[in-house]
Amino acid sequence: MPETCTITINGATRQVARGTTVAVALLLAEQPSRISVTGEGRAALCGMGTCFECRAVVNGILHRRTCQILCEQAMTVETSR
Amino acid sequence: MTRTEVLVIGAGPAGIAAATAAAENGCAVIVLDDNLSAGGQIWRGATVQETGSSSRGNTTKRRALERLRRSGAQVLGGRCVFSAEASGMLQTLQETGSGSLVEQFHFEKLILATGARERFLPFPGWTLPGVFGAGGLQSLMKGGYRVAGKRVVVAGTGPLLIAVATHLAQEGAVVSSVVEQAALAQLAPFAASLWAHPAKLVQGARYRAKLWKTSYRIGCWVLEAIAGSDGQRLGAVRVTDGTRTWTEPCDLLACGYHLVPNTEIAQLLGCELPGDFVQVDKTQRTSLPNVFCAGEPTGIAGLEAAMVQGEIAGLACAGVSSAPLQKRAAAERAFCDGMEKAFALRRELRSLPRPDTIVCRCEDVTFGSLHGYTGWTDAKLQTRCGMGPCQGRVCGPAVEFLLGWRPVSVRQPLFPVPLQAFCFQDERVEINKMNEPIKEKA
Repeated sequence: MPETCTITINGATRQVARGTTVAVALLLAEQPSRISVTGEGRAALCGMGTCFECRAVVNGILHRRTCQILCEQAMTVETSR
Repeated sequence: MTRTEVLVIGAGPAGIAAATAAAENGCAVIVLDDNLSAGGQIWRGATVQETGSSSRGNTTKRRALERLRRSGAQVLGGRCVFSAEASGMLQTLQETGSGSLVEQFHFEKLILATGARERFLPFPGWTLPGVFGAGGLQSLMKGGYRVAGKRVVVAGTGPLLIAVATHLAQEGAVVSSVVEQAALAQLAPFAASLWAHPAKLVQGARYRAKLWKTSYRIGCWVLEAIAGSDGQRLGAVRVTDGTRTWTEPCDLLACGYHLVPNTEIAQLLGCELPGDFVQVDKTQRTSLPNVFCAGEPTGIAGLEAAMVQGEIAGLACAGVSSAPLQKRAAAERAFCDGMEKAFALRRELRSLPRPDTIVCRCEDVTFGSLHGYTGWTDAKLQTRCGMGPCQGRVCGPAVEFLLGWRPVSVRQPLFPVPLQAFCFQDERVEINKMNEPIKEKA
């Protein structure tokens, strides 16, 4: 088994393999990265930092492109609303 | 503020080849990339060890990265270029754990190796979770997304589809079909031309061998993504061949319509773009004497073209002749023309979006609400289409295909940045989450 780290997604604790991107952690937790302006839950689309669909709140910082960030121990991630 | 002789933007195959050639010939070289590590999209490394047979190493990539490391060129990852001046300066934003870091780079010569992104076309249901880009899903797999046992349809157009389907199959996904919009008559001349490129042919044959369980549906396209029983996630896709329409149940859809070049920095600098691509001479020099461009922004031609063009650009910056390489570059350019014809988009795809289909995902602007406008300026002002964080990178190429609107202008910032990023002209400044500068470094 790969080494894991523990993160919090929308208040729930999740274990993910070390090296997992935050966008993938959101997919695995079945949580949307953001709620669109008309209220749709969205998830990563392009996976390479250009579409901004995966942006979420990471460690309290808004609008982070989660496909470009790796999960770290004790990181908090919240759906962008 | 950092000074360098040669600055390379993009650490994919073109940027790696360019930086290596320039540094091996005595130039001081810095390479910047938005991604965390070098490799670009085609050589994106897995950040979590993959479990299937795709986890074997790639020799070309390993050699290129090793040679880059030995060349002495410095690679700085996680840097997003948001402004640039042809006089020799550009600014980057790096997202750090506590905020953002703004840096300035001064250069004598600039090599743009900014690659390409996927073209997305809107269709009903394409905003449902479970719908990804084709390259998009592949990159998420490399970021730890496990697809084993999932039913996947791969759709759109271009050679990337087969590569993505193969990767999915190797990682244990059930790829029920690859849906390629190009007609057989359109693909045949391109397929025949592959005999002149044995390496590409071998690659293609290897892919096909791994996809023996998958149907390859040529001349077909996805009409609609349909939500599953929970109404929240993808459950199936509707596929057509133009006369017959059927439903394919799936957990994931990987859908991309070939590639569009990333030319924003070139446009901002004022390089000539006669059409969609940056104009370059035989040494990859753009219309600006100190700016070079290599790889996909000069024409979507793939890995081999990117590497040879990159090397030519790097040699040109070092003042070394690249004449022996130029014949190979010309052959790769011919391959690019063939590919463009083979995967040209069929007009039926223009009628995929319904009036209530979202076109601009950032601002949820529907196709119907664009009706009555004649171009970008009007539509942006009235509907906010293309005004969100991606700045039209997704809806721009889609709207160009659907409505024929050409992009109007490129302005800084090229990516959304904190306002403070513009306030500190000569510093390396870290901005914390309250958007206050907290630290100034020499």
